[in-house]
Amino acid sequence: MIQADLSIVLPEIVLALYAMVALLAAVYTGKDKLASTLVWVTGGLMVALAVWIATGGNGSQEAFGGMFVDDGFSRFAKVVILVAAAAVMIMGQDYMSRRGMLPFEYPILIALSAVGMMVMVSAGDLMALYMGLELQSLALYVVASLRRDSVKSTEAGLKYFVLGALSSGLLLYGASLVYGFAGTTKFAGIIQVAEHGHMSLGMLFGLVFLISGMAFKVSAVPFHMWTPDVYEGSPTPVTAFFATAPKVAAMGLFARVLHDAFGGAIVDWQQVIVVLSVLSMFLGAVAAIGQRDIKRLMAFSSIAHMGYALIGLAAGTEAGVSAMLVYLAIYVTMNVGTFSFILMLEKDGKPVTDIDALNQFASREPGKALAVLVLMFSLAGVPPMLGFFAKLGVWQAGVDAGLMGLVIASAVASVIGAFYYLRIVFYMYFGASEGEVEAKGSPVLTLGLMASAALMLIGVVYQFGIDGAAAAAAATLVN
Amino acid sequence: MSVFAFYLFAISAITGGLFTVISRQPVHSVLWLILAFISSAGLFVLLGAEFVAMLLVIVYVGAVAVLFLFVVMMLDVDFAELKAEMARYMPVALLIGLVILMQLVMAYGTWVSAPLASDLIAQPVPADKHNTEALGLIIYDQYFLLFQLAGLILLVAMIGAIVLTLRHRKDVKRQDIVAQMMRDPAKAMELKDVKPGQGL
Repeated sequence: MIQADLSIVLPEIVLALYAMVALLAAVYTGKDKLASTLVWVTGGLMVALAVWIATGGNGSQEAFGGMFVDDGFSRFAKVVILVAAAAVMIMGQDYMSRRGMLPFEYPILIALSAVGMMVMVSAGDLMALYMGLELQSLALYVVASLRRDSVKSTEAGLKYFVLGALSSGLLLYGASLVYGFAGTTKFAGIIQVAEHGHMSLGMLFGLVFLISGMAFKVSAVPFHMWTPDVYEGSPTPVTAFFATAPKVAAMGLFARVLHDAFGGAIVDWQQVIVVLSVLSMFLGAVAAIGQRDIKRLMAFSSIAHMGYALIGLAAGTEAGVSAMLVYLAIYVTMNVGTFSFILMLEKDGKPVTDIDALNQFASREPGKALAVLVLMFSLAGVPPMLGFFAKLGVWQAGVDAGLMGLVIASAVASVIGAFYYLRIVFYMYFGASEGEVEAKGSPVLTLGLMASAALMLIGVVYQFGIDGAAAAAAATLVN
Repeated sequence: MSVFAFYLFAISAITGGLFTVISRQPVHSVLWLILAFISSAGLFVLLGAEFVAMLLVIVYVGAVAVLFLFVVMMLDVDFAELKAEMARYMPVALLIGLVILMQLVMAYGTWVSAPLASDLIAQPVPADKHNTEALGLIIYDQYFLLFQLAGLILLVAMIGAIVLTLRHRKDVKRQDIVAQMMRDPAKAMELKDVKPGQGL
């Protein structure tokens, strides 16, 4: 029995063991001199695991008495998480090592955090959920304050830690209420007692607390306050990481809990998710307008995007989950490109994050400017780009589920939000004064930017079969 | 008798918790906290979970609370200032606290365990095992995955603490164990024949 269980969690075991071996190897040999190599090796291993997970494994299997679930949904989420984490980590390597802020622990912490994320999307039990979440978050708190000499970075780490602890408290309190009223922590048991109309008030309370805790992790309004400060204060490669893999993991966990454990009470949680979604989209769109710092701007952008992804969840249908997964995959691709660009921006060797510095960027670097234009249009959801089709997918699911009001609100928010994405493009092409920013950096960053922009265009014709994979993944979750 | 013991422990736990929060001296707060821990340990004994009770005393009172005491004594925190800050936000905090309290009272007031809940109660303690053994069976068998994950979380905490605080200082002389072992009297000492009245 135990052997069968272990073979199901093998990818996680491999990654965790690798992290420990790499830690020992680096401590006893080169220390920080090995850091760059470790980044590439860790990235390579993550991609290899992603390929392994994507090609191997079929059907739904449970391990450790239902505590860990391996199904199509978790495999889809894990592939996106691993690829995103590997891409972002490799993107940041040059930036960090040039500035002497790449400790060898960085790739190891990212790997361990990825293990946590993999457990999150595979959780079949409230306790496994919490363990995965904490493993992920704890590593993130540390990497947020990686530049310990910078006040902003330390502040970001501390803020994230304190507020994260608070949200964990909310989540645990909710979990304890659910356990108390359901008599079990297993999702398979909870779903038997959590039926709409028969759900006790205490269980409903537990559900609301659980949702609050998870909404914090996806930074949905009103649990978003930490996001701009943490995004701004953290080192840029870490910000890029925050904006990608952890968001996918948290949304995956959200969908997992709401469908696996509370799938019988969709009416009860649907309204909560609708409110979270509308607030996130509008706050993300409106608050970003006043931002002059591109990292803060991306923070509000990520809040808004999580709002759109939540539409798919609010639909409460199989099509909704499938649209959410596609949305997340496209969102991650767009962010990889955008952050590749942000990582390149510098002046006299110092990183620049002020958007005024982008003035007339197009006249100096026409190729890169064009790629950024494509990405910004895609983030805004302007029709010919892939970002529009991501939005279209969740809107379709929302309309089918009868959430017409939500879809209309989201269309309005997306028009408002388009302003600040297009403003960046405006500055690049028609900016008044000459900006001074240069776009330097390793070829990896150029590749990331160009590939991501190209995907936004090519993906419109052919979405690499992601639709089918997401639909199959959603089918295993919703039943 | 056990009812009497329950009320005794329950009242002292609540008193301890209350005074932890309201006592003016931080050191007294920690001492009250210890009382709360010990009373909770008593409650666990009444529940028949003597192993958890002992753990609470050994780990929380023996280690955690003592660490707290050290930290409180060593940190120079101006508690008066903190309190003034707190007083500013008190009305809002009280209002929110009150609303949540009312809601929770409502939730607990309608306590109805879900119909299938009693069938699902996860782990009854086997009759022929005492509870330390039963706990071990669960943790190392059924909850094996969680146990290992907890280990990973502690590893991350350790790595994090080192990454964020360790500074390599070049100007500090460090112990070189190999060099120490290789030393012998021939290398470490030098005999000089000092003539009377001359010095070296």
